[in-house]
Amino acid sequence: MELLIHYISLATKSIFIENILLAYFLGMCSFLAISKNVEASKGIGKAVIFVNGITVPLNWVIKTFLLDEGALVWLEKPLQWFGMKLSIPMISQISFLNVNLSFLTLICFISTIAALVQFVEMFIDKFSPSLYNSLGIFLPLITVNCSILGASIFMDERGYTFGESVVFGASSGVGFYLAIVCMAAIRFKLRYSNIPDGLKGLGITMILTGLLSMAYLSFSGIQL
Amino acid sequence: MTTKKTFIDPLIDNNPITRQVLGICSALAVTVKVEQAIVMTFALTFVVTMSNLIVSILRKYIPSSIRIIVQLIIISTLVTLIDKILEAYMYDISKELSVFIALIVTNCIVMGRADAFAMQNNPKASLLDGLGNGLGYGSILIIVAFFREILGFGTFLNIRILPEFLNNGLMILAPGAFIILGLIIWAQRTLTSFVED
Repeated sequence: MELLIHYISLATKSIFIENILLAYFLGMCSFLAISKNVEASKGIGKAVIFVNGITVPLNWVIKTFLLDEGALVWLEKPLQWFGMKLSIPMISQISFLNVNLSFLTLICFISTIAALVQFVEMFIDKFSPSLYNSLGIFLPLITVNCSILGASIFMDERGYTFGESVVFGASSGVGFYLAIVCMAAIRFKLRYSNIPDGLKGLGITMILTGLLSMAYLSFSGIQL
Repeated sequence: MTTKKTFIDPLIDNNPITRQVLGICSALAVTVKVEQAIVMTFALTFVVTMSNLIVSILRKYIPSSIRIIVQLIIISTLVTLIDKILEAYMYDISKELSVFIALIVTNCIVMGRADAFAMQNNPKASLLDGLGNGLGYGSILIIVAFFREILGFGTFLNIRILPEFLNNGLMILAPGAFIILGLIIWAQRTLTSFVED
């Protein structure tokens, strides 16, 4: 029960209070480019929830079992056993206690994301054509979306557990979805407004995002 | 395009942030203080210049079907390099910039220039294009940071300019960044008379 409450408060925190888009500015590029259209915004929002929910826990597994200092210890026993069998002293005395591969974190995270996005794309193309049609064109874009890599790096920096990383990944995606759909709706309303020439497009969008972000700031009073 | 134009164009007319709408994420996040913005400019200019150079040298050997992943590997190697250098020599700033140095990997400027320019042009032009885009990005970053630091903390490069009671807390928070950048985009587009349809 305690754990459930902890997860719910983590989800509320990452959806509203520390919204990945409006408080940490991650994923702005796709946010600005796609929020012209409500339907497309829904599509990319769903794709972000989906991909974030998978990549953050996956990167947690990679980080914890391969990259951290001493993370490879689980590999010692099988290797030693293998070395004994083949009687190769170099392998039978191997020790991974001081091995620290964390400098590879960034390359591993981005490769995982790129590979996973490709894989997910092929998978849903095969098994769920209707889902593919709604997410399809947005999936390749997501590889270079900062909110995906950003969520994984935050997970690493804040030292989440596996359960927390699942909740954090999915709910930061939900936060992105809410913000982008909200923005698309506002921009739709704005289509016939008379805006000064230089402010059209990007300029007014930035100012509106500022106002939206100010509205989200009001959640910061919530005590969790 | 002449050599000079390759370098000058992204600085003003074709600025990556205000015109091409690339790399907005970090432009907003690291502009609380001018000092951070300068370090970020340095880091990004290094990464975009080097990645443009390397991608351009390798452009004839990269198969187009896997070019994105090859570019990503080149870029993330460079970013890891600069991240570790900053951690070693400028630890405090590297802590303040936290994830945003690492996020240069997915910065659209770097990917965009590598894919759109360096894949088609010779190393020398690509190097200049990278340098121009890095500095064009940096100039906007420093302008935004200048306003946010002066209005938010009343200081410039940590030297007090305005009295403390004038500090505007909103400028330090996220909305300040969005609104200041919006106004700068307005100014730049009015000056270069560019209208988005």
